[in-house]
Amino acid sequence: MLTFTVRRLVLAVPTLLFISLVIFLLLELAPGDPMAQVPLTVPPEVKEKMREALGLGQPVHIRFVKWLVQFFWIEPQVLFDHVFGTTFAEGKLRVLSWQTRSPVMDIVVQRMPQTLWVVGMSYIIGVLIALPIGIYSAYRQYSIFDQVGTFISMIGFSVPTFFTGVLLIVIFSVNLGWFPSIYDTTHKVTDWDSFVGQLRQLAMPVFVLALYNAAQISRFMRASMLDNLNQDYVRTARAKGLGEKAVVLVHVLRNSMIPVVTVIALGAPQVFGGAIITEQVFKVNGLGHLLIGAIEANDLPTVQTLTFIFALLIVVFNIIADVLYGILDPRIRYD
Amino acid sequence: MTDEKQTAAIGALSDPMPSAPPRSQWRAVWEQFKTHKGALLGGIIFLVIVLTVFVGPWIWPYDPTYIDIRARNQGPSFAHPLGTDQLGRDTLARMMAGGQVSVAVGITAMLLALFLGSLVGVLAGFFKKLDGPLMRLTDLFLALPLLPLLLVMVLLFRDTLNQAFGPETGIFILIVLAIGVTSWMPTARIVRGDVLALKEREFVLAARSIGTKNGKMITRHILPNVLSPIMVSATLGIANAIITESALSFLGLGFPPDFPTWGRLLFDATDYLQQYPERVFWPGLAISLTVLSVNYLGDGLRDALDPRIRGR
Repeated sequence: MLTFTVRRLVLAVPTLLFISLVIFLLLELAPGDPMAQVPLTVPPEVKEKMREALGLGQPVHIRFVKWLVQFFWIEPQVLFDHVFGTTFAEGKLRVLSWQTRSPVMDIVVQRMPQTLWVVGMSYIIGVLIALPIGIYSAYRQYSIFDQVGTFISMIGFSVPTFFTGVLLIVIFSVNLGWFPSIYDTTHKVTDWDSFVGQLRQLAMPVFVLALYNAAQISRFMRASMLDNLNQDYVRTARAKGLGEKAVVLVHVLRNSMIPVVTVIALGAPQVFGGAIITEQVFKVNGLGHLLIGAIEANDLPTVQTLTFIFALLIVVFNIIADVLYGILDPRIRYD
Repeated sequence: MTDEKQTAAIGALSDPMPSAPPRSQWRAVWEQFKTHKGALLGGIIFLVIVLTVFVGPWIWPYDPTYIDIRARNQGPSFAHPLGTDQLGRDTLARMMAGGQVSVAVGITAMLLALFLGSLVGVLAGFFKKLDGPLMRLTDLFLALPLLPLLLVMVLLFRDTLNQAFGPETGIFILIVLAIGVTSWMPTARIVRGDVLALKEREFVLAARSIGTKNGKMITRHILPNVLSPIMVSATLGIANAIITESALSFLGLGFPPDFPTWGRLLFDATDYLQQYPERVFWPGLAISLTVLSVNYLGDGLRDALDPRIRGR
């Protein structure tokens, strides 16, 4: 198991390199020029100097290597310095945003908590809703609960999040006025009232994403339970006189959870991607919002860094899913 | 004893010839498909939507770009059943025009993704040498963050393609290409798995023993047998493409405002959320209903095309 994990981690390195190359080359084709906003009165040789200061004007492969060094060597040093108070990264050039001229990672760190709150909460709530629904509708297959549950999960799966989000805003903030339609990032939780305020502004974006995630996961849970409920070991367990509760919730559930756990792990990075839309609907000031803003402002270093962070999440969660599968299912032997 | 057997065998020979021809496979598929009520309803709704969107503009008198500034921001009336927008354009006409683009993007992008996916899948499954590299490529594509990359692609190539093909065709080509290139991977995986299993079957061996060449083998023996998984991924592909196109338009990075699609109409309507909340409803409903019906259609097709389920 350990050798497998190590091998997967080593294999992830070329994958990540390839992805970063694809992203880098794609952005290389960008028509945008960071000097476009500079006044025309600035002489061309000064512009050339400014371009060089931003790290442009060198051949592609050198800039790619420089970007790799900045991202994988200097940024971890900055993090290390920040945690332990050392000065390894002192005076080294970091990945700079063209929009704000400040390090991209600093902005990412500022925006991260909002995204994590909304996305993390919605994923956890989605899983918590999905599992019981999936279990019960598989146990009572073709019952009314199953029919209704399958129909609702099909709707949650088909209706795009930007429509559910807008619909919720129309109903709950325009007509009823229960929840705010815009997520206030500066809101601080100090006492009970502000805590309730935080919950109220989280409610709608979390609900939208949770519905979508729950719909997908409950379909998997139901299918996986149905696969296991007809197996011979279930009949054996019933025949030896085990209670129905123990049969379903211990024997069947434990075996059905194996594929579902990997699906949950694989789905986590997609949720970050999907949150781009939800953040845009509710004006949550998170990573997705940052990405859209950077794309509109032609801020290529920010776009590059963020896209790469999303790719990193996908690769990491893929490894987690593979390793979890090996740990949970004793039939899988990777060695 | 032997006599009895002989007479029984001769008796079987004198049985009446079957008058009805044997049931064809597609007839059996249709019989099974009909029993899935949701799929049947989904198919009918999808057909109705497609017909309305493509035939409707011939019947409906208003032009989606005709501006009647005196009739702006009207509610539903007999002349404008869905009301008018902030420039007095008829919402129903715009919905139909938007639907044409959305459905066309969905179907074209699905065809492109299917073509790429089947090509990669068949090549990887059939030729052992290509299997490793092509599947590694598929894995790499699956590890790409798709929505951010789509946004970046639209940002980068919009202006170039607009200049080359005009604003409408250019963005259409761009979005179809972007969605097609980023959504072929599941099809490729499924097709590869099926081709790998088919390759070991006796009929392929028989075909090879009479000297069938690789090209004929793929088109004549392999492709017809992997048609059912391809058809199921086709329906899911339409749903995926329509949602992705609407999401891009909704983020303001899709079609231009004077060229409506359902996603763009929804995006434009969110500006008037406070005053005219009903305006977001129609495009959202259209997208959701189309995707829902196509998903049900896919569910039914999957059951109908699976011979293990069809027999029962």
